Amino acid sequence: MSDTTYLVLVILVMTAATFLTRALPFMLLRGRADHPLLAFLGRYTPAAIMTILVIYTLGAVDFGAPPHGAPELIAACITLLAHLLWRHTLLSIFSGTACYMYAIQSGLLL
Amino acid sequence: MSNIAAALRASLPVMFGYIPLGMAFGILFQDLGYPWYFAAVMAVFVFAGAAQFMAIGLLAAHAGLLEVAVSTLALNSRHIFFGLSLISRYRCRGVKKLYLIFGLTDETYSLITSTPAPSVGDVSTYYLAITALNQGYWVAGCILGALLGRTLELDTRGMEFALTALFLVLLLEQWNKVRDPFPFLLAAICGVAALVLFKAQMLLVSITVTLALLMLRRQLGERRT
Repeated sequence: MSDTTYLVLVILVMTAATFLTRALPFMLLRGRADHPLLAFLGRYTPAAIMTILVIYTLGAVDFGAPPHGAPELIAACITLLAHLLWRHTLLSIFSGTACYMYAIQSGLLL
Repeated sequence: MSNIAAALRASLPVMFGYIPLGMAFGILFQDLGYPWYFAAVMAVFVFAGAAQFMAIGLLAAHAGLLEVAVSTLALNSRHIFFGLSLISRYRCRGVKKLYLIFGLTDETYSLITSTPAPSVGDVSTYYLAITALNQGYWVAGCILGALLGRTLELDTRGMEFALTALFLVLLLEQWNKVRDPFPFLLAAICGVAALVLFKAQMLLVSITVTLALLMLRRQLGERRT
């Protein structure tokens, strides 16, 4: 098997496997969109997922070693504060991200 | 504001996350020695960030196709829960619905569930535009990384924090909608515990346990009333 054939097969397998995980609930629960349990999940799942994704994206931070996650925590606080003050999504995200980039590129907190 | 303009505005933070991450993928992919356009093919067909990064390791090790299939299924099985909570929202049909399902990444799910869709026009146009724009950013990032590789001087270190910031903002938006601390606290406890105990499978374990406990609480609540 040539290298290109192998790569194409890997891409095909991954495409099918990824699509399967995304499509499975729609295939299994066809025609049951009004089930009360689905309404319950529709209401609470996003809240749980956002919480978990925040923790996940901060999962690689080493709080034990300097700078003890300070750039991440400060940038997160700035994002939240900006959003509580002005509730302007883009502004909140830009200010947090700009502070974070400045902190780690300048080595300010390292 | 039209649906597409609203989608462009809502998805901009994803652009700042996907372009540097896609570039990181493209650079690693190019190191494997394959032509650049296969990075684009992967971004177009697979369109899954974490799985594509995992593929770099699998390709380098020449892993068997069965291993590729099982690892991809395991890594992406969290998407099953995304679908479950979107069934009542994704009401359109045919190719449109297939594309919405195909493009259901973490970030697309987050925007669709947590940003307000414009009240005029067809809401599925808004969902489709969000999905397609997000994929466009991802494909662009992967191509840029694979083409320019390490020659690029632009310092994008830290730009991926845009995704953390996006999830934080959407968390606040969810709080405004749900106004019940229980799901947030439960998810936070499960998330931290899963991060410590099952680092590699953190997302799957924490999402499954949180939703199982939420449903258990619902069952118990129903019995009491």
